[in-house]
Amino acid sequence: MNERMEEGKRVGRLCCLCNQRRASLKRPKTLQNICRECFYTVFEDEIHQVIINNKLFTPGERIAIGASGGKDSTVLAYVLSKLNRLHNYGLHLFLLSVDEGITGYRDDSLETVHRNQIQYGLPLQIVSYKDLYGWTMDDIVNLIGFKNNCTFCGVFRRQALDRGATLLKADKLVTGHNADDIAETVLLNLLRGDIARLSRCTSITTGEDDGFVLHFSLFQSLTPSLTYAYFKKLDYFSTECIYSPNAYRGFAREFIKDLERMRPKAILDIIKSGENFRISNSTKMPEQGTCQRCGYISSQKWCKACVLLDGLNRGLPKLGIGRSRASVGSKKTIESKQFKDEEACELLLLFVARNVSLAASEHHIRSGSGSVSVIVYGDQDKLALMTYHPDLAGLVTLYILVSLRFWRACCLSVLARLLTKWNEIDDLINGQEAFTRFRKKNHVLESFSSKLSFVKNG
Amino acid sequence: MACNGSGCDSSCYKDEEPTTPCKQSSNSQHSDSTEPNTLCIKCKVNDAVSGYGGIDDGRFCADCFKNNLFGKFRFAVTSNAMITPTDKVLVAFSGGPSSRLALQFVHDMQERAQKNFDASRDRSLPVFGVGVVFVDESAVLPIPSNEIEEAAEVVSEVVSCLAPPRKELHFVPIETLYSSGSNDGKERLIKLVNSVSDSTGREDMLLYLRMLMLQKVASEFGYNRIVLGSCISRIACHVISATVKGQGYSLPADIQYVDARQEIPVVLPLRDCFAQEINMFCRLDGLKTIKLSTGPCSSINGLVSSFVALLQEENPSRESTIVRTAGKLIPFQFNRIPEIIDGNVPLATRRRQKRYNLKSNESVSSESFCPLCNSPLDKSEIVDTSNLDNHRSSSELFHTTCCSSCRFQILPRDSMSMEEFYKDLPQPMITRAKQANGDNLSLLREQIQDCLLSDGEDET
Repeated sequence: MNERMEEGKRVGRLCCLCNQRRASLKRPKTLQNICRECFYTVFEDEIHQVIINNKLFTPGERIAIGASGGKDSTVLAYVLSKLNRLHNYGLHLFLLSVDEGITGYRDDSLETVHRNQIQYGLPLQIVSYKDLYGWTMDDIVNLIGFKNNCTFCGVFRRQALDRGATLLKADKLVTGHNADDIAETVLLNLLRGDIARLSRCTSITTGEDDGFVLHFSLFQSLTPSLTYAYFKKLDYFSTECIYSPNAYRGFAREFIKDLERMRPKAILDIIKSGENFRISNSTKMPEQGTCQRCGYISSQKWCKACVLLDGLNRGLPKLGIGRSRASVGSKKTIESKQFKDEEACELLLLFVARNVSLAASEHHIRSGSGSVSVIVYGDQDKLALMTYHPDLAGLVTLYILVSLRFWRACCLSVLARLLTKWNEIDDLINGQEAFTRFRKKNHVLESFSSKLSFVKNG
Repeated sequence: MACNGSGCDSSCYKDEEPTTPCKQSSNSQHSDSTEPNTLCIKCKVNDAVSGYGGIDDGRFCADCFKNNLFGKFRFAVTSNAMITPTDKVLVAFSGGPSSRLALQFVHDMQERAQKNFDASRDRSLPVFGVGVVFVDESAVLPIPSNEIEEAAEVVSEVVSCLAPPRKELHFVPIETLYSSGSNDGKERLIKLVNSVSDSTGREDMLLYLRMLMLQKVASEFGYNRIVLGSCISRIACHVISATVKGQGYSLPADIQYVDARQEIPVVLPLRDCFAQEINMFCRLDGLKTIKLSTGPCSSINGLVSSFVALLQEENPSRESTIVRTAGKLIPFQFNRIPEIIDGNVPLATRRRQKRYNLKSNESVSSESFCPLCNSPLDKSEIVDTSNLDNHRSSSELFHTTCCSSCRFQILPRDSMSMEEFYKDLPQPMITRAKQANGDNLSLLREQIQDCLLSDGEDET
């Protein structure tokens, strides 16, 4: 920053837009030397154009601004309230902050937001993880450590923002994502093979019915927004999250910073590439549905936040993070040949087979000795993950984490041990018939069931 | 060819050790990295070896590992109809492990084909021909002269070792790109390359020139395929660096098995092999490789390859994830071997080719290419030159036909040096630009085809 200014003064060049004042900065986007006043105008005009060209707002709408207290969202709040006055958008603006409960980071940045609230005269709503989920990030980090905690924070924050927007009865939610963030997302999606997100991450709006997200300053690089905040002497908070140094995103961020040093245009080029990717039509894309538990948009039965939260509440925090190949006790249970009768095995097999196609679902099985709740997690063709916990039956709670290869056998033997009177399973009254039908279709299951009978006989 | 550019140093040479001279035996007694008590999961006879990375590391014995790798190569060749019996194949050999292995595998295939030919009674299927090309870039890269001489020796030794069948070696200095009657080729080339101020741009420019050189050699000596040794690690790096350079539209063109956008189709049979595997193979078999010192690398390509190498270390299948993700992008029409219309080609060959070409039914057609990097141009990038005034110089016209990425990182900014730059360009690039301008006209014509009345149309 200061270097740039000094450079401008030393050269003493005039602004190449107004040709009157001395240029004080060089825009990374255009490499033009421009003065402070022209920079404001250009910057604000560009945002205005993005809003107009994409028809982002209609008069009378209630708009929630995601405000973290950082430079991007501070600039966003400032510019949006200014443009709203200047161009008569007729919008009702609100500040929306999420309190993750990170001591020494978020509490400080929220103070900045409180000051902004007074400075810009915008009403403020704060939603906290503690209220929404019953967990603060401090608690979560205490439980799972520094690795992977960003997964929780990111998933929860996105949902918290949407819930906060609903609280405010907002029509739309605007966030201050800048070009660096988008470029980083493009790269990350490329690196981890997330083709669905890769195809949509560069679009300026997301979501359909309940409000959408504007990627603020999509065509700016990080520096201008920083410059803007600097020149306007806006009140913003700048500290890295105390938990973020270990985030996987850090990898990509570092790379992007190196790139930017080498070639400032690279960031916009990455976004351009992302926009120009033409994804093959034959690629299988996940379908968007709603979470069965909380009603949030999700491509699975349960949304990610519910899966993560469930894991936390069950004391299984690793649930839903990455894919674990660990199979806790799976080998033992396979070898403990405890099957009582063939019918029981088949019924269970059917139960399992049904759940394979219904990833992430919850079932209650009642039997004479108590009831068992069975939950299947995971993508259909990736890791399958099951937990069982018999409630009220006084039995030991069993959690099983198995890889796809073992999970059927695993749950079979465990359920076989838990439930004794198979015929009383209400959930599976007509199971026998259905199973025979299913078996004809699926020879894998058939061979499996024959193996089971072999085990039983032997 | 593929891995001797300065872009790929970090991952491709990681595990390289000093190699022993040409030794073709494939015994499994290389026990330096063998774990004592693990058997190969495939043959269950020999001890498994480790060091080739990936999730299978340490599961196979040396022989099974080598067979697997050759299997990947052969599958890529046959399933994309890369080499057919009537072909004459030019292997681009840089001395690096990837192209060395490509050469070795092509030789193995040819040897087998020769055996089959000798054994068959009617001798109906001919044996495909193989040639080797080495491009000497010492004119534009700071390579010490003794290294180049040494490289020349090694290359000719390697090629002469790989016989029978005999292979022709073409050792070509890159300045011969300007062959026709000009003695100042070297000077012009040096001037051209030095006029590119961006270090990444210079590297890429050299890559494009090298490709042109390969095409030139191939067409002069009648080859109809060019084999590159690009491995998956190399392609993963290209995916990222092309993204960073804003070439998202043309990216899918470069990463397919076949690239037939130029006169001679280019094929990448090692597209599924990891650099680490290739290095391991070369070490096991004692294949001789050379690495020329090309000076420090401070380009985006270098940054990207070290980034990818870092990611690969953290997750051994990261490179293949990147390539698979990029593989979901729609390829172009030229990403397959063109149909043979020639009646002299055996029917079986044609039929086989047709079958393999069928599967790529989804593709994008593109009519315009950047004259420098030869990447297909997005519609938004095509400038309609027919509407421009005629006062424009040819160098300005050239400027408008280039893709935005080349315009940024290769072409000079001011018009004076652009003029110079244009003068020093080799002939093929200029021809390409002129063709592009012509093509735009014909494209335009195509779009209004229905409204045009032809002069000779007499029907009523």
